[in-house]
Amino acid sequence: MKIRIKFAKYGTMKYIGHLDMMRFFQKAIRRAGIDVKYSEGFSPHQIMSFAAPLGVGIESTGEYMDIEVLSMTSAEAMKQALNQVMVEGVEILSVSVLPDNAQNAMASVSAASYRLKMKEGRFPIEDLQHKLQDFYAQETIPYTKETKKSVVELDLKQGIYELTAEQDGSVYMLVNASSSGSIKPVMVMEKFCQFTGMTIPEGACQITRLETYTDSAASDDRTHRFTPLDAVC
Amino acid sequence: MRKLALSDDILLQIEKPARYIGNEVNSVMKDGAKTAVRFAMCFPDVYEIGMSHLGIQIIYSMLNSWDDVWCERVYSPWVDLDRIMRKNHIPLFGLESQQPVKDMDFLGITLQYEMCYTNILQILDLAQLPLLAVDRGENMPVVIGGGPCTYNPEPIAAFFDLFYIGEAETQYRRLFDWYLANKRAGGTRQDFLRGAARIPGIYVPQFYEETYQEDGTIRGRRKLYDNIPDTVRKEVVTDVSDAHYPLKPVVPFIKVTQDRVVLEIQRGCIRGCRFCQAGQIYRPVRERHVDKLKNYAVEMLKNTGHEEISLSSLSSSDYSCLNELLDFLIEDCDRKHINISLPSLRIDAFSLDVMSKVQDVKKSSLTFAPEAGSQRLRDVINKGLTEEVILNGAALAFEGGWTRVKLYFMLGLPTETEEDIRGIGELSNKIAATFFETVPKEKRINGKVQIVASTSFFIPKPFTPFQWAPMCTKEEFLEKAYHTKKGIMEQLNQKSIKYNWHEADVSVLEGVFARGDRRVSQVILEAYKRGCLFDSWSEYFHNDVWMECFDACGVDIGFYTTRERADDEIFPWDFIDCGVSRQFLLREWNRAKEQTVSPNCKVQCQGCGAGRFRCGICPTDAARNGGMEEHAAASLPEGGLL
Repeated sequence: MKIRIKFAKYGTMKYIGHLDMMRFFQKAIRRAGIDVKYSEGFSPHQIMSFAAPLGVGIESTGEYMDIEVLSMTSAEAMKQALNQVMVEGVEILSVSVLPDNAQNAMASVSAASYRLKMKEGRFPIEDLQHKLQDFYAQETIPYTKETKKSVVELDLKQGIYELTAEQDGSVYMLVNASSSGSIKPVMVMEKFCQFTGMTIPEGACQITRLETYTDSAASDDRTHRFTPLDAVC
Repeated sequence: MRKLALSDDILLQIEKPARYIGNEVNSVMKDGAKTAVRFAMCFPDVYEIGMSHLGIQIIYSMLNSWDDVWCERVYSPWVDLDRIMRKNHIPLFGLESQQPVKDMDFLGITLQYEMCYTNILQILDLAQLPLLAVDRGENMPVVIGGGPCTYNPEPIAAFFDLFYIGEAETQYRRLFDWYLANKRAGGTRQDFLRGAARIPGIYVPQFYEETYQEDGTIRGRRKLYDNIPDTVRKEVVTDVSDAHYPLKPVVPFIKVTQDRVVLEIQRGCIRGCRFCQAGQIYRPVRERHVDKLKNYAVEMLKNTGHEEISLSSLSSSDYSCLNELLDFLIEDCDRKHINISLPSLRIDAFSLDVMSKVQDVKKSSLTFAPEAGSQRLRDVINKGLTEEVILNGAALAFEGGWTRVKLYFMLGLPTETEEDIRGIGELSNKIAATFFETVPKEKRINGKVQIVASTSFFIPKPFTPFQWAPMCTKEEFLEKAYHTKKGIMEQLNQKSIKYNWHEADVSVLEGVFARGDRRVSQVILEAYKRGCLFDSWSEYFHNDVWMECFDACGVDIGFYTTRERADDEIFPWDFIDCGVSRQFLLREWNRAKEQTVSPNCKVQCQGCGAGRFRCGICPTDAARNGGMEEHAAASLPEGGLL
C-alpha cells in the first residue's frame, strides 16, 4: 500500500538537511511502529521517496514523502502515531492512501509556492508591489545557472507562475519545481535585486515553502491546473 | 520555542549547524529555573565523536532521572564556529537550554584520550571561565573531570576543580546533595571543595602538593588538610545488572560515528594483557544479566528507531552468555530489519557462524589482534593468542568464504627485537599461504586474499605492568615501521599483504601526557595559547608548535617517555587506588621480562587486588589472595558533611 505523508518543517528543524531528514523519518517510522515495507538484501532499507528536497534554512508547510506499508489500521491512526514520535519543528499534517497506480511524489511535482519574508531587524522593501509588477512584466527574465558540470541559460519568466506582494510586505511566488526547469526562490530574488538595483544580503529573508503542487491539467492542455500533492489521493 | 544561542546568520554560514541546536529525539528539556542543579556534560571533541560515546549517554540519562538536576550536553565547537564565538564573544552554551555554561553549577568533562587536552582549554575559554581552577570565583561552575585519563590526572590537574575517579553511577547523587547542602548553609566554593574531597572517588588536586628530587622524579606528595584522604580509590558499580542504563539515548539528526543502539554487556576484562590500561583499571569483570540485556535491546530499539545495534565491552567473546544473547538478537533483529554490528570476536566455528548470519561474507573481514609478531613477544605482553589459533581460525574462515583479514600489531613493545618485527611479515605471509592451501583455485573469488597488517606504536600507560617501561623515540619508531615494511616486502605472498602504520609524532606526545606530572600542564597551556586545538585530527596537529612549547617551558620529553623507571620510583598517579595493586603490577612487569605468561581471571585468580571490591568474577577470598590489606578508608562524611 502506498502512503503519502504531508508534513511541516519549521523552527530549529530548518537547519537539518534533506538527507538527515530522511534518516530522521526512517527512525521515526520505526519508533511509531509502522509496518513499513523494506527492500531486499543484506542491509534492507525502507522504501521512501521525498517529493522535493528542501534546502537548509528554508521552512515549509507543504513537504511530502511517500512510503509503502504492508498493513495499517487507518490514515488518521498513522498520523497520530507519527506525531507522537516527532520533535518540535516537524509536524505531520496529513496521511493519505495513494491509488496503486499513483506516480511517486518526486515524479508528480510540478510547482511549489513560497513566501519570502524579511527577517526581524531587516528593513521592508518600499513599494514592493509595484516593483514586483514591473519586474514580472518583463518579456523574458534570463538567468545563467552555473553548476559544477555545466552552464545553462534559463528564462525564469517561463517558470514563474505567480509573483505578488503580500499585505505584510513579504513576497509570494508560485514557481516551477519539476525535474525539468525547477526554479529556486533565491534565483528570482537575485534577478529582482538586479532589476531594481537593490542589494538584499544573502540570508536577509526567511523563505517558507507553502505548498508543493502537481499539475492535473491534461497533458495536451497548455494551461496549468495546480493541485496540492495530497489532493490526488 | 527555544531561542537559539547562535543567530540564524551564524548557523547558516557554519558547517553542520545541527551540531549546535539540540532538539534531538530523547534529548531532555526541563525548566531551568526550577532545577536546583544545572550540569553541563561535555565531551571535548566534535559533536559526531562525542555523541557516539556511551558513557555520556549513561550519565545524561541518570542525572536527568533526578527531578532537581538538569544535565545538558556540550561538545567542542568546530574550528569554524570557534572563530566566530571568539570574535563575537558568544559564551559556550548547553545544547538543550542554549544557555551559557558559565551560569551552570557544574561543567563535567569526560577525558577519553590524551590528545583532547587542548580541547579542554578551548571549552573553558569559550565558556568564558578562567583556565586555572585556582582562578575561578564563587559563582562559576565547578569543573569536574572523569573517564580513563583521570587515572593520571596530573598533567591537567591545574585546569580542574575536581576529578571523579571511577564509575559515575555511584557518587554523583552524594556530590550534588553536598553541593546543595553547602549552598543552603551559605558555604563558599572552598567549603564545597573541602567537603567534596572527602567523598569516595573524588580528588581535589589543589589540596595536594608534589615535591621533586634533583633528578626530576617525585620526592613525595603532601595534602594541605588533615581530614582529606591520602589516596583516592576508584568508584566501582558492584552490581552492573542493577545499574542505571540509558533506555532512551539521544538520537542525533546528523550521522555520527556510532549511529546505533549500544549494549554494554560487561565491564572489565579477564585477560590481563600487560600493555592494556583498560584491562587493569576496569577490573573486576562484571557481567550484565543476559535477560536484562535482551530487554534493553528491545526497549532501546523501540525508543530510538535506530536501524543498528552493537555490543560493547572489552574482549566480548569472554561474556558467558554471548551465544544466547546473539541468538536472541539475530532472531529479533531479523524480524525488525535491524542490522547487528558485531564486536571483534575470537575467531572460531561459533563466531564465524554468527558473522555469516549478520554480515555479507564477501564484504566483511576477519580481525585478529596478535599485537606482536612472535610468540616470544606475545608471551612478554601476556597475549594468549597463538599462531596455531590464528592459522586455524583463518583456515576455517577461508573455507567459509572470507577473503579479507585485518591484523593489528604494536611496535616498540618492551624487549622487542628485529626478529619479533620480522615475525609480523612472517605471520601475515603464513595467513596468506593458508588461504592458498585451504581454498582450491576454482573457488577463489577474484583469485585473491587480502591481508591488511596495521601497526601502532606502543605507549606505556599508568596502572599497567609496563608503567615502568621505556618508550621508544620517534626515530626508533619510524625505524621499526621501516623494518616491518621491509619484512613484509620480503615475503613470498607480499602482494597479498598491505601495510599501514601510524604517525609517530602524536604517539610521542601521548606518551608524555600518559605518564606526565604536574609540570607538563604548562606545556599544554602554552600549546593552546599558540593555537593548538583538535590535536587528534591530523590536519590540525602541529608537531612543530608542540616541540617549540616543550622548549619554551623547559620540559624534557625524554624524561617522560624514554626513561626506564626504577622499581620503587614514585609515580604521579600513585595516590590513586584503582584496585589493582602496585605489587601485582611489579610482579607482572618482572614476569614479562622473564617471558612468563599469567593465566586469566577465569583460569586462576592472580590476586591483583581488585578483589577488594568484592564483586564480579573475583572469588570471595580474593581480597586476601594477594596479601592485600584493606585500605583504612578516610573517615567519610555522611549526609550534610562538614
